[in-house]
Amino acid sequence: MAYSEQVIDHYENPRNVGKMDEKDAQVGTGMVGAPACGDVMRLQIKVDDQGVIEDAKFKTYGCGSAIASSSLVTEWMKGMTLDQAGEIKNAAISEELALPPVKIHCSVLAEDAIKAAIDDYKSKQ
Amino acid sequence: MKLPLYLDYSATTPVDPRVAKLMCDCLTQEGNFGNPASRSHLYGWQAEEAVENARRQVADLINADPREIVWTSGATESDNLAIKGVAHFYHKKGKHIITSKVEHKAVLDTCRQLEREGFEVTYLDPDSDGLITPAMVQDAMREDTVLVSLMHVNNEIGVVTDIAAIGEITRAAKVLFHVDAAQSAGKIAIDLEAMKVDLMSFSAHKIYGPKGVGALYVRRKPRVRLEAQMHGGGHERGMRSGTLATHQIVGMGAAFAIAQEEMQAENARIVSLRERLWDGVKDMEEVYMNGSHDQRVSGNANISFNFVEGESLLMSLRELAVSSGSACTSASLEPSYVLRALGMSDELAHSSIRFSIGRFTTAEDIDQAIEQVRKAVTKLRELSPLWDMYKDGVDLDSVQWTAH
Ligand SMILES: Cc1ncc(COP(=O)(O)O)c(C=O)c1O
Ligand code: FES
Repeated sequence: MAYSEQVIDHYENPRNVGKMDEKDAQVGTGMVGAPACGDVMRLQIKVDDQGVIEDAKFKTYGCGSAIASSSLVTEWMKGMTLDQAGEIKNAAISEELALPPVKIHCSVLAEDAIKAAIDDYKSKQ
Repeated sequence: MKLPLYLDYSATTPVDPRVAKLMCDCLTQEGNFGNPASRSHLYGWQAEEAVENARRQVADLINADPREIVWTSGATESDNLAIKGVAHFYHKKGKHIITSKVEHKAVLDTCRQLEREGFEVTYLDPDSDGLITPAMVQDAMREDTVLVSLMHVNNEIGVVTDIAAIGEITRAAKVLFHVDAAQSAGKIAIDLEAMKVDLMSFSAHKIYGPKGVGALYVRRKPRVRLEAQMHGGGHERGMRSGTLATHQIVGMGAAFAIAQEEMQAENARIVSLRERLWDGVKDMEEVYMNGSHDQRVSGNANISFNFVEGESLLMSLRELAVSSGSACTSASLEPSYVLRALGMSDELAHSSIRFSIGRFTTAEDIDQAIEQVRKAVTKLRELSPLWDMYKDGVDLDSVQWTAH
């Protein structure tokens, strides 16, 4: 299958790959997907006192589109407030990456990961 | 554009140039273009001679009588003709068929169709090496079993079924035995004089012949009867009507003749290339060869790189033409049914790549493949949360996943 330039760019040069300390109260972790489905996304955010996301990291096991989706959202989220990040929709992700219909679920996974990370952060406060 | 390196010989092979030359001679006005069924002139006689010569070449490779070879459009058609043909002819004797979960779709879907027609089918589970053993067949046998259909070599994992031993069991029980040999002909010695196989399917395009032609071996002694699936002019002794495609058939015959000539030397070379590939990657952690290593066809290496997802691995391996057992993008979101039937974990099944090596693969090709695979796996593991967790000693089975 042919991949869009945007997917290839994120796939070849993924942004913000890494891991933060899950126990840190400032850090929210969202892990979604399942190995059995062929995709697991771990997205982490670090939130400052003002409720602004100062850093974001990801690791993804999944297809190129799933990797690109998670890489893209880490870029987008930095500097956003939690509310703004919570507004990110999978449609925006799939549009930015020009995902074909069979790959929409990869962007849905990224949206789910954002929500899970925010929820995790909030539950720690 | 530089073409990717072809390591997908189990999917199909290029036509050997020696074969292509002979095929071209059967097409144009100056060539052998006649209808092999034309009895009234030289054009027909010449075409018939070419077809019968090819029939002998195919029969020779498997030590059969040329009269036992029926031309078809490929192994898919041969499988259909064998299974439906036997089921429909012998249905009064019984309506039970035995096959396995790791068969090619050409067999599985044919069996599903027969189930809709009222037949009962037992689908055997392979062992963890991917093998169907004679004992499994023995245990599944019933009074009303009419047919056992198993593949000789599995197309995904390359393991070899002991068809000689299974043939003893089926013959003793007076049950017919069909073998799909699309992946084994020309790679493993087949002696149908010695083996008690009643029907065998072949395809030309897996062994350097053209696509769109195959054959079905139908034993004469003891005689096997079939109900035709394609009706018409009564070609191929009524078992398969349709004007014979001289050029295709000549190509298949030539490919089988070359295989007979060169099989031994070729196999030795290809096994050494496969071992070179395996030696080049096996020292990485959590890398597994899927399916029996010993009971395996020469050219197949199906390897799982744990904690790396197959489709992303293929994306990194764009310079290699290989295939993945993972099928996340297909409607099913499921990894290969063959790998699952081995009882493999889903993660491992999702992380498998099939490399298949053939006549035109070189040692340099393999070295290049090794380098690219190592680079890609290392990169993707750095990106993989599962690899992280594995490294941290987390048991992935104990994690509560959010399936979606
Ligand atoms: C085991 C097996 N059976 C049947 C087939 C189908 O053969 P053909 O493409 O000649 O119809 C293949 C190849 O795809 C195969 O590997
Ligand atoms: S994660 Fe399933 S296809 Fe992308």
